[in-house]
Amino acid sequence: MIEFIEIIFTAGFWAATIRIACPLILATIGEVLCERAGVLNLGIEGIMSIGAMVGWMTVFLGADLYTGILAALIIGGLFGLLHSIFTVYLGASQHVTGIGITMLASSLGFFCFKLILPASTTPPKIKPFQPIDIPLLSELPFLGPAFFQHTPFTYLAILVVIFAFWLMNSTPLGLSIKMAGENPMALEAQGIDVFLVRTIAVVLGSALMAVGGAYLTLSAFDAFYFGMINGRGWIAIALVIFASWKPERALLGALLFAGLDAYQVRAQQLAGAIIPYQFFLMLPFLLSIVAMVIAAKRTRYPKALLIPFRRGERH
Amino acid sequence: MTTLLKVEKITKKFGDFYANDQISFEVNKSEVLAILGENGAGKTTLMNILFGHYTPDAGTVNFEGHAIEFGNTNNAIKLGIGMVHQHFTLAENLTVLENIIIGRQSIFSLSLPKRQARVKILELSKKFGLPIDPDELVANLSVSEKQRIEILKTLFLDCKLLILDEPTAALTPQETDALFSTIRNMIETGLSVILISHKLNEILAVSDRIIVLRNGSSVGEIDTHSADREKIAEMIVGKKIDYPQKKKIPRKSKVLSLVDVSYNKTDAPKLSKVNLDLYSGQILGIAGVAGNGQTTLAKILSGHFKPTQGKIVFNKAKRVHTSPKSFMDLGVAYIPEDRNSDGIVGDMEIWENAIMTEMDDSYLRNSLGIINKKASVGRSENLCETYDVRMQSIRQRSRLLSGGNVQKLLLGRWLMRKPKIIIACQPTRGLDEGAIASIQNLLLKAQQNGSAIILISEDLDELLTMSDDISVMYKGMLSDPTETSSTDKLSIGLRMAGDGFL
Repeated sequence: MIEFIEIIFTAGFWAATIRIACPLILATIGEVLCERAGVLNLGIEGIMSIGAMVGWMTVFLGADLYTGILAALIIGGLFGLLHSIFTVYLGASQHVTGIGITMLASSLGFFCFKLILPASTTPPKIKPFQPIDIPLLSELPFLGPAFFQHTPFTYLAILVVIFAFWLMNSTPLGLSIKMAGENPMALEAQGIDVFLVRTIAVVLGSALMAVGGAYLTLSAFDAFYFGMINGRGWIAIALVIFASWKPERALLGALLFAGLDAYQVRAQQLAGAIIPYQFFLMLPFLLSIVAMVIAAKRTRYPKALLIPFRRGERH
Repeated sequence: MTTLLKVEKITKKFGDFYANDQISFEVNKSEVLAILGENGAGKTTLMNILFGHYTPDAGTVNFEGHAIEFGNTNNAIKLGIGMVHQHFTLAENLTVLENIIIGRQSIFSLSLPKRQARVKILELSKKFGLPIDPDELVANLSVSEKQRIEILKTLFLDCKLLILDEPTAALTPQETDALFSTIRNMIETGLSVILISHKLNEILAVSDRIIVLRNGSSVGEIDTHSADREKIAEMIVGKKIDYPQKKKIPRKSKVLSLVDVSYNKTDAPKLSKVNLDLYSGQILGIAGVAGNGQTTLAKILSGHFKPTQGKIVFNKAKRVHTSPKSFMDLGVAYIPEDRNSDGIVGDMEIWENAIMTEMDDSYLRNSLGIINKKASVGRSENLCETYDVRMQSIRQRSRLLSGGNVQKLLLGRWLMRKPKIIIACQPTRGLDEGAIASIQNLLLKAQQNGSAIILISEDLDELLTMSDDISVMYKGMLSDPTETSSTDKLSIGLRMAGDGFL
């Protein structure tokens, strides 16, 4: 039994946790931005997928890795703009538009991939981000290999959390986003364009989702294949609720889920002979549901989430 | 006197409906202009145009010589127009300070100057006697505190013209007085105010000039000092108001008793040992400051709550099962305090709301249980005609009805059932003079037809004109009833404050 506890005292476990958490962190914070402004973005799964493809393809075609991130950022922003044209300006159903965008973006991504690389049967590879050792810190015992020997993309994801925290709490834009999701009429009464604020939030949030997808192809793995997002977008949607729409808690939620995932892989190896491996695969989801049920009890939804704002109409 | 605001021939249509039709008026510096009118007369629409929420179909507005750019609230704010909306425009998830300062920097600015803002807010708060805590979350504030924040928000903008849209609708009399003294302070510092209300007493007390709107048009303008209450009331409604005349009818059989009813749960204010007898043809008024258990009592009487102790005895009925449905079947009608959230479903159409409680009626269904639309619409149209519910179409969403018409629809729906007992909670709160008179007349007519009525109200004038007997609620206790003819405002007021309760 002691081996099951020892797992969490290995540096490898913590390093894996952070690696698995990164795409979730980026995607969850992206969704937090959208939902805080009152717009549910179910396009997340597709936007992550196309972000993964575009980021990878940019690098495959010869650009450097950072340009790959930038390309993912832009394609995500464009799909965010599409989502906001429908949901913000035209007041269409956020559920339907979001699902539509997921279907469009993930299929379009794979279609373009096949157009550019029609013949490949085994996915071609690129040279992804390599771990860098942070001077001094990486030499610490245990802590060094666990936290300070990651790829630059990983550190970037952590910086995004700090950026989002600062944005939401210390800038007029963050304040406006929070107000747009709570009582858009209050925002208009203060002379601010509700449509503009919501659009900015959705574009920015979607860009982060796409970058989260690109983490998979540029840092975690080195290839792109169909279905590689594998539900991470939907996990992010749930994590947003767990996080009570706060960036700092999104980090916590993503780490928790990733930790469970990293744990189950290792526990599988220990007990795979006795307990079917599917049981371990299920564990992170099961425990996440339990955590969600506990956390969601106290949570308070943004009041104007899902409600389109219509100017100049009677309310 | 210098003109601050000049409104010329403003017209605004919603579909085919003229909400404002060629309205013109002026506001001078340092004056309080009152705009009066029934619910739905177009007051709020007009203000929403001035403040830039709506774009009018025709007309111009000049503010200090500048033409207002319509449909742009930011432009109105920059010119110096501030507005306190009828429904609060506050985000409850933010602090007071955040609600006030938002919008003063570009949304692309990188910093929030919270410290300077705090100083200015506290200064204004002191100057105008509006105490607040800038770091409190808005969700934790009471209605009158929220009102204060709304006013501070406009003062923070250094506005020159302040629009107050029904600011007293949710305030207690004391809070209203405090608001009016703030308004007077503002006038002294050179501000102008447009005040919208349908409480005539308030308007007469605080305004300099009055404009009356009716059905979207301006029907008159008077200086307040030469105004006469009844004449204004007639201008507002467009005809003589049929003020209710109470007729007492002999007391008949007992229809309902409460015996030592208590309620001891945490989800609502408590009741302790309430005793009450109600007779057909009687109107029993229940006075009390809000929050002393009146709503709990009403919910027990309508079958929503089960008393933790004590008995409810209906005439004839042996066993009473606690559910709104079985109480309805016993002849109880319940007019909830918050008609818009507990009375109707705002996004459903008028005819749907009109038959919602009548689905047991086989006339409205076919043999498969599917709604017979023709019969239902016919029934609804009949209801709206009988009870004078004014609407544009029976297919209109109910939330677009004015408060008075919502209440007439609700009351009408019950009266069609010929109820034995009517539980009416604050039935005229927030309504205009004409609508108040109609609702009160409907209740009196129901009494004449033998219904017993429990009238829960905070409006003492209403209780004194309507009730046969008045009981007072204080901290969950109910006093024995006193005959209305042998009591007065003063003694009821004293008992509302706890006098005579153990």
